[in-house]
Order: sequence, then structure tokens, then C-alpha cells
Amino acid sequence: MKFFERLMGRRAASGTVAKERLRLVLAHDRTSISPALLDTLKDEIISVISRHIAIEPDGVQVTFSQRAHETRLVADIPLASRRRGR
Amino acid sequence: MAAKVLTVTSGKGGVGKTTLVANLGVALAMQGKRVVVIDADVGLRNLDMMLGLENRIVYDLVDVIEGRCRLRQALVRDKRFPDLFLLPAAQTRDKSAVSPEDMVQVCEQLSDRHDFIIVDSPAGIEEGFRYAIAPADEIIIVTNPEVAAVRDADRVVGLIEAEEKGPARLVINRLRPEMVKRGEMLDVDDVIELLAIELIGVVPEDRNILVAANRGQPLVLSNNHSLAGKAFHNIARRLAGEEVPFQTLQEPGLFGRLFRFVRPE
Repeated sequence: MKFFERLMGRRAASGTVAKERLRLVLAHDRTSISPALLDTLKDEIISVISRHIAIEPDGVQVTFSQRAHETRLVADIPLASRRRGR
Repeated sequence: MAAKVLTVTSGKGGVGKTTLVANLGVALAMQGKRVVVIDADVGLRNLDMMLGLENRIVYDLVDVIEGRCRLRQALVRDKRFPDLFLLPAAQTRDKSAVSPEDMVQVCEQLSDRHDFIIVDSPAGIEEGFRYAIAPADEIIIVTNPEVAAVRDADRVVGLIEAEEKGPARLVINRLRPEMVKRGEMLDVDDVIELLAIELIGVVPEDRNILVAANRGQPLVLSNNHSLAGKAFHNIARRLAGEEVPFQTLQEPGLFGRLFRFVRPE
């Protein structure tokens, strides 16, 4: 049953889940940046950028990307969709 | 010729450090190398049992450090190999009895009469870990393909880099090929990618390891050609400088290949 669920892409194999979870937790451990600190960063980034540009605050994501010994802080900030005549 | 000092450590307990040290010690002795294995887990002595030498201990590491005996008197000669020795841990003391400088001194004294000194580090990242890595020329980190063990191994990699002791090499122990095949266990490549350190061996889960521990006869001594025994021998050969290809633990079956085709990531 599990196999078919996986085949249909509904349920990731636990090995893959383990890898993704480790990727994230190791990034936090290595930089000693906690998830709470990331949230604070996100809130402040939103307030700074919002002062200058209209953005979609709900769509903002601040995450780590991890490749071997290189860790990046990645902020994905969607701009507010502009409608003419507003 | 000065001995090479190898420290085996892991962060997390129970991943197979002591088993690895016992098997590497015997495997190197089988190659004709002169080896001392040091049990640095003061207070929780176990390497003696893995080697079947628990009844021969007179003095221990702390007796040497505190001057109650000479180093030579504390070394327990192996029953099977005259050039394999154990320096046992004290059982009734704690880790504060040993300092990093003590370990460096003990290893220096052993250096000229042996080829390899293998230090079995205690689990954890506290003082026991600190004194165990102090004398190391090379460090081996043992982990299991399991989230807690990999996370702890990563901490140890960081601490070793901070101490400028590295680069450490990795042994992945207790891998279950059939679970990896089903995608239910981290694979060797996953662990290497996450930890970003060089691999020196992969040991499959094997019930014979428990049987070997029961008897105090490390698995590398038996000639039943188990994959785990072979893996220990291969690590020992790599440590001795030989180029040994990594063995395939299990051929992927048709089903496994089909599965990869369906979900290539």
C-alpha cells in the first residue's frame, strides 16, 4: 500500500524525508541561527522593504540553502501585483 | 618509525565506535602491524570485553597517568596476536582523571614501538572527546544512517575543524541495504552529501557482530566472509595506505531499478 502511495507521489519515502529534515537542521546547527531568529529576520525584512516597495507580505520566505560547506540565506520576496487604475 | 594515532569518535553513543576499534585493531594486527588500542572511555570500560581481554587487566590508563605503574605494565597483550595490545580504561574513575596533555604523552611514549595507536573516544563532545582527539594524527567519525547520529556527527565535524584536527574521515555503520532499496533509510550518498566529508568505509548491519561481541572474538577473526567482516578488513587496509574499492553491498534488483526509473530523485 505504501509503495503505491509513493508511486503516485502522495507519500515521500522516509529516507527522503530524513534527508530533507537533516538538510535544514544542519544548516541551523552550523550557523546557530534558530528558526525563531529566521522569523524575526523575515518580519524585519518585510518592514524594511515595505517602506520602499509594495510587496506581498504573506508570500515572503526566508530560508537556508545548503550545498556541502556553503550555506546561503535566501529571501524570496514577491512584489505586490500591480493593477492599472488603482 | 613513529606510530600513526587514529581517534575513533562519533558524538552520539551506541553507533559502533568500540566495535569498530576492536575490529580495526585485530584486522591491522592480522596484517602484521604492531597495534595498541586505547580505551579512552574512562568510567565505562568496554573495549576489553569486545576483545575478550577483560580477565587480564591489572592496571589501566589512569594508573599510568597517576604514576601507579609504568606504561608497559598496563598494556594487556592480546591472546591471539603478540603485537596487539590493549590499554584499558579505568572503570571506577571519571573523565576528569585524564587531560588532553596526558593522552598526548601516553601516545608519544607508545609511538616508537608500534605502527598504529587507535583511541576509542567516549561518546559526547565534552572533556572525554577533547582528550581523545588531542593526540590524533587522523580522526575517524562513525555514524549510522539515521537522523540523530548524522546530526551529532555533523557537530563533531564542526568541532574537529575548529580544533584544526581534521579533515576527519567517515565510517557509515549499520547500513541496511534492503531498507535503502525501499527508500526507507538514508543512503551512503545522502550521508556523504550532508556531512561533506570523505568516506573511508561502509559497514552493513550484521547479527554476527552481536555474536562476536558475546564471545569477545571480533568479527574480522572469523572466516565466514560476512559483508561486515569484509568491510572492517577493507577499512583497515585503507588505513594502512592501500587503495581498496568500495564493495557493493547489494545488487539492485529489477524492482529497485524500475523504482529508480519511476522516481529518479
